[in-house]
Amino acid sequence: MTPWSGETNAHASGLGSKQRYILSDFEMQSTLAAFASGPWPWYIAGPVIGLFVPALLIVGNRMFGVSSSLRHLCSAVLPGRVEHFRYNWKLAGLWNLLFVAGTGLGGFIASQWGAPHNIEISEQTRLALMNLGIHDFSGLAPREIFTWSMLLTFKGFVSVILGGFLVGFGTAYAGGCTSGHAISGLADLQLPSLVAVIGFFAGGLIATYFLLPLVLL
Amino acid sequence: MSTKPAPDDNAAPPMPRPAGVTSLAYLVLGVLFGITLTKSEVLSWFRIQEMFRFQSPRMYLIIASAIAVAAVSIALIRKLGVKTISGEPITIPPKSMGLGVRYAMGGTIFGFGWALVGACPGPLFALVGNGLTVMVAAIISGLVGTWLYGFLRPRLPH
Repeated sequence: MTPWSGETNAHASGLGSKQRYILSDFEMQSTLAAFASGPWPWYIAGPVIGLFVPALLIVGNRMFGVSSSLRHLCSAVLPGRVEHFRYNWKLAGLWNLLFVAGTGLGGFIASQWGAPHNIEISEQTRLALMNLGIHDFSGLAPREIFTWSMLLTFKGFVSVILGGFLVGFGTAYAGGCTSGHAISGLADLQLPSLVAVIGFFAGGLIATYFLLPLVLL
Repeated sequence: MSTKPAPDDNAAPPMPRPAGVTSLAYLVLGVLFGITLTKSEVLSWFRIQEMFRFQSPRMYLIIASAIAVAAVSIALIRKLGVKTISGEPITIPPKSMGLGVRYAMGGTIFGFGWALVGACPGPLFALVGNGLTVMVAAIISGLVGTWLYGFLRPRLPH
């Protein structure tokens, strides 16, 4: 196809000559390429994330939230005698497990588009992190912490194992995470979600300013 | 059906098991979500640090516009009486406040973890797909944390 085949298509499909300046294949492809390879601006990213709330409600009356998947996995794998995990996880949570399986797959698909690029964080953040001993700014998370070979070092263990544990315990206790409380809950004007989100940021700020220097230095 | 979930839980109520097409729809929505988390970069530890250090409005604008779009959507669904694909009415169960301790304490504990591992649950799954396979360890550790909460739940204030 030539870059200008859009014009030919316009004629071929019987559209009038005034409509020949619709997006050509070439223009369409470069727009799609930019969308696929580069990071999305906030005004695309945010609204698209928000649309998962109505999409899940309309597909099956499900409230957008990811952390319940951890509960359903516990219920499926090791319910034991724990009352909290003794329910029919297939009825209540199969949809959620399919959704997170898709999330992993989607991450893989998106990682195949375009050349790898660094996350363009602000210069101040870069300096603050360099002061904490982070020097590798390639990839999605610092390789100095988030690799299998660093897992049993102090900073690797605290970041991945303790961090993951607190995410699991905290979201279960709070009954939701960023998706369930910050997005679904706040959008539905639920007061408990506001309390939870204030907690998210209180914890995050304390960890960033007081714990991270102890962990990384 | 065996036992029912505890009364104050926020998990979705049990409903008929999704039929094939609906199951596929959840999987496809999950794929789109994984793509969105990756292309928006919200799954990056660096972006989370930039957010908690208030050094860029990007994450706040993303979260705020997501909430706004979701809020308008919910309001429209209610106003227009939109139904699910299979024709059921859409209902959003309110969360019970109780003492509020679970939200404040649980939220803060999650916040510690969020800053340490640099990701919330959705991004953890998307990061594994992006090749950061060490996050499998974070997910397993998160399962241990979730299980321990379930075990301790009768003794924790809510």
